[in-house]
Amino acid sequence: MKQAELIPHLFRTEYRKLVSVLCKLFGIEHIEIAEDIASDTFLVASELWGLKGLPENPTAWLYTVAKNKTKDYLKRDSIFAQNVSKHLQPNATTSEEIEIDLSVKNINDSQLAMIFVVCHPCNPAEAQIGLALNLLCGFGVEEIANAFLTNKDNIYKRLQRAKEKLRAEKIKIESPTLSEINVRLPTVLMTLYLLFNEGYYSSNQDITLRKDLCLEAMRLAYLLIDNEPMNKPSANALLSLMCFHSSRFDSRLNQNGEIILYQDQDTNLWNQELIAKGEYFLNQASQGDSISKYHLEAGIAYWHTIKADTKEKWKSILQLYNHLLVNEYSPIAALNRTYALAKVNGKKEAIIEAEKINLADHHLYHCLLGELYTGLDNAKAISHLQHAFTLAKSAADKMLISNKILGCKQQEP
Amino acid sequence: MNDFLLIFRTDYNTMPKASPEEMQASTKRWMDWLGGIAAQNKLTDRGNRLVPTGKVLKPGNVIADGPYTEIKESIVGYSIVKADSIEDATELANGCPILRIGGNVEIREISIL
Repeated sequence: MKQAELIPHLFRTEYRKLVSVLCKLFGIEHIEIAEDIASDTFLVASELWGLKGLPENPTAWLYTVAKNKTKDYLKRDSIFAQNVSKHLQPNATTSEEIEIDLSVKNINDSQLAMIFVVCHPCNPAEAQIGLALNLLCGFGVEEIANAFLTNKDNIYKRLQRAKEKLRAEKIKIESPTLSEINVRLPTVLMTLYLLFNEGYYSSNQDITLRKDLCLEAMRLAYLLIDNEPMNKPSANALLSLMCFHSSRFDSRLNQNGEIILYQDQDTNLWNQELIAKGEYFLNQASQGDSISKYHLEAGIAYWHTIKADTKEKWKSILQLYNHLLVNEYSPIAALNRTYALAKVNGKKEAIIEAEKINLADHHLYHCLLGELYTGLDNAKAISHLQHAFTLAKSAADKMLISNKILGCKQQEP
Repeated sequence: MNDFLLIFRTDYNTMPKASPEEMQASTKRWMDWLGGIAAQNKLTDRGNRLVPTGKVLKPGNVIADGPYTEIKESIVGYSIVKADSIEDATELANGCPILRIGGNVEIREISIL
């Protein structure tokens, strides 16, 4: 790997490790110090490596610099030394004696502990995702603002508030116990799920950024199932779902970030390796007797990796959507279920059901009806699509809908 | 919107002994029906099936044994739906698979204690 690529790569993989280890060492009150030391380490690396070339073992080099910076910091900052290092190691008289443990095991433990801190339910979901991006993925305020399509100020405040909340609640950074894992794993999985969706479904046009979000979510999910107590069926199902979805990442957007519809996608661009991984994790997920929503969604995503339109495929998808909805309502699931119903029982029956679901202020609802009426009553189809066009917010959606309207008009005799 | 209890009744004696395939098909029909209600965001509780056997406790610690399979209309399950009126709730009950096997659905508004 060239140096220009190496530093961003190491930043993605090593920043969170340094931050996690240091946070765990310093405690929740001093997250910022940990972040400063980790950022500083990378700053030095980018300056020095440019001048002197790459060190033999860049990762080890980063760890050594981070260790030295931490020791320097502890020496320099007497208030910190008095208040914190005493608390860290009651017997330590000088900062030199403080052990900065960058062993594989401690890095792993620290990262897991940080995942549970970041996903602590004392913060709302939005803030959890922000924190995850900031502390675990090394995203800056600007990148996060970009991902959420909001301004830097908002994100800065959101992160500050979230960190303040963690401090106020005196959340301990420690490896979760088995019972804590059982109670809190669902929140952790939900945060990773939302993080992934942020990348997969957001209307942000920046494809690279969106892909990064998805990859980070997957990396964190991997980290969980690599650790036996967290290697639960639901975690495997979530990772399976992510693998299936991301297998289509390169085929679902064109160069301009515009959505390419499923039926128009080039299946050669589907990533077979990720599909195989998805199948592997779905198998792992089926050990156990609980079915999470990730199982159901992974099941649906699995069927979508088979492009051929068979009756069996749509019957299975319909059942999975039925289960998903019976467990928990969501407008998108309701719309998708109706689409699957059309595939299984025909458009006429689906129209009757669609008209009951009452999502008239959702552009996708009118897209669905437009789709269902196409071929049966094209005038109605066009009227629904026009309604969808006025409700759609993103330029990409509007473009898709106007293409559909055109297609419909061409069918008119 | 208020909650309505749907009580499914049928005669156990007329219920055909189903093969595993038929059981699966029946489960699908129930899920299709419940899924349709859930898609309207009107399913409060999917409810459950009931086991045929049971007991009835009467005053004076008199315990009567089930099964009540001789009764023409045994309660076999329940669900809870949300609706604006009893008419709407009844409309939701339409399509319940119990109707296909000669059973019926009783619709009762839940009055919160």
